[in-house]
Amino acid sequence: MSQLVSCRDVTKSYIRAKEQVDVLTGINLDIEEGDFLALMGPSGSGKTTLLNLIGGLDQPSSGSIEVGGVGLQDMSERALAKWRSENVGFIFQFYNLLPVLNAQRNVELPLLLTRLSRAQRQKNAQIALEIVGLEDRAKHKPGELSGGQQQRVAIARALVADPKLLVCDEPTGDLDRETADEILNLLEVLNRDHGKTIIMVTHDPKAAAHAQTTWQMDKGKLVAEVPA
Amino acid sequence: MFSQIVEITLMNLRNIPSRLGSSSVIVVGIAGVVAVLVGLLSMAVGFSRALETTSLENRALLLRDGSNSELSSGMDVAAANIVSRLEGIEVASPELYVIADIPKRATGTPANMVIRGMRSAGLEVRPEAEIVNGRLFETGKNELIAGVKAVAEFEGLELGSEVQFRASTWTVVGHFETGGSAYESEVWGDLAVAQAVFRRGGSISSMRLLLADPALLEPLAEQIQQDPRLDLALKSEEEFYSGQAEDRAALINTFGYSVGVIMAIGAVFAALNTMYSAVSTRTVEIATLRALGFSSMPVVVSVIIESLALALLGGLLGAAVVYLLFDGYTASTLNNASFSQVAFDFAVTPELLRIGVTWALGLGLVGGLFPAVRAARLPITVALRGE
Ligand SMILES: Nc1ncnc2c1ncn2[C@@H]1O[C@H](COP(=O)(O)OP(=O)(O)OP(=O)(O)O)[C@@H](O)[C@H]1O
Ligand SMILES: [Mg+2]
Repeated sequence: MSQLVSCRDVTKSYIRAKEQVDVLTGINLDIEEGDFLALMGPSGSGKTTLLNLIGGLDQPSSGSIEVGGVGLQDMSERALAKWRSENVGFIFQFYNLLPVLNAQRNVELPLLLTRLSRAQRQKNAQIALEIVGLEDRAKHKPGELSGGQQQRVAIARALVADPKLLVCDEPTGDLDRETADEILNLLEVLNRDHGKTIIMVTHDPKAAAHAQTTWQMDKGKLVAEVPA
Repeated sequence: MFSQIVEITLMNLRNIPSRLGSSSVIVVGIAGVVAVLVGLLSMAVGFSRALETTSLENRALLLRDGSNSELSSGMDVAAANIVSRLEGIEVASPELYVIADIPKRATGTPANMVIRGMRSAGLEVRPEAEIVNGRLFETGKNELIAGVKAVAEFEGLELGSEVQFRASTWTVVGHFETGGSAYESEVWGDLAVAQAVFRRGGSISSMRLLLADPALLEPLAEQIQQDPRLDLALKSEEEFYSGQAEDRAALINTFGYSVGVIMAIGAVFAALNTMYSAVSTRTVEIATLRALGFSSMPVVVSVIIESLALALLGGLLGAAVVYLLFDGYTASTLNNASFSQVAFDFAVTPELLRIGVTWALGLGLVGGLFPAVRAARLPITVALRGE
């Protein structure tokens, strides 16, 4: 298997109240294509920060991040936005669906950035909803769906443009055990049967157990690979 | 890019009903500004119109030299007659212009009403005058005809009513119209009777002259100016009234714009506040769109369009309110130059509506721009935290 993500000496610092806060202090991480990686660690250890850097939402203070052979650290904001739309699917803890749009239209959103025809967009959105098992809820708005169903819609949205990489920040953090397991099983299916590389931040060891690889973070460093 | 803007804008506009409360603050605030601005400006336009339609192109006004109003003017008939016999003058109407306190209908408090004494020539020099009710006053009798705006404005000018001036009793025998001009705020009676009642002897205030040709005005004015026997000045009626109208209209305009600006400042803050909160409740939504790869531009544009749409709604609402309530509504104001009440109709013209809507859009633009730019500049990672 080839390597999809490669982080070299990545640091990230913020200036807060005139003081420099070093959030990431020298991250080196390689992720194989097809991996399902869980990131664990105490609150404030920098998990979200690292995930955002790999997903191209932010850029490192120093070091390099290559995803699919492309260096993200030097890209313009505009180029990065385009790169994200083609290469990454995002899944958030609170789903982040647009409340005024129904499930189908939420899933279609990323395709507005492509050249696909309206009919093709609708078809792809429908396929994505079928994959997550929600084809019968296409016309429902987020407010009319349960938390688990909303997260499925969000996963369909992350899938619809067919990116190689899915980044998930505590995707089950807002769900009960049973629903969380359903979502995690779905992510496993996407990893195994659809070839998606997944990076998932979680606090929950049971969630991490669904992953192939688990890394522990602490104080801005990757401290140990936890054996599965 | 364009389709992004369209999609996101449509989405935001569809979102408005869910934020009805805060959005209506913008709409109502801007409607208020536009209503007040257009209302005041329509007053200025209406006032100018009333005075301007008073004038006739070939009608001239003879006043004492140096006098700017009929009230302060005076001359004896002998002098006026020298003028009336000059070549090129077709009809001459010597007139006495006095004012009396008459209670206003609306308030019951007395206000100045113009009483104009004239001979039959008074109607000849005013071909636009038309008796719409009753009949003309008769020579030598204490009879009056009242302009329709005076009837509406003042108490006791109905047909057959009796009015007291200076211990004399007058009967209202007719009502007249002059095509909406300022004359409609006056009452007219016989010159000789008025001179006697108001103890003016043989003197008059002014003379209205109908010229054979408007081009004669200048040479005639020159001739009168040069004549050592005459201490009189000839003016075109147009010049006379537009001078009066401009003063007052300019005052109302200035007032209108000042009040408009003050209210606009308030409305801008309301709009800014509403758009800031509209945008901040959607910080996470906007950040999510940007995370998915949408660029900032459509977000900025769509927020501005949303703000403009609300402002336009407010502008149209305000303009509609003013139009429905005020267009054609008759009001009166003290005419500075003659110290008498001139009634006029508010004139809500398309031009004023355009000004109102333009202001609304300006307010909407300012109200949307800053929140939009702020939303677009917030780092995505910060915005996604939704703090
Ligand atoms: N934009 C920012 N400005 C300043 N400090 C920041 C910013 N973003 C994150 N931080 C700080 O960086 C540190 C790591 O944050 P991060 O969100 O990556 O932690 P996390 O491991 O995801 O924690 P949690 O489990 O609570 O989500 C925290 O101390 C946070 O306050
Ligand atoms: Mg986090």
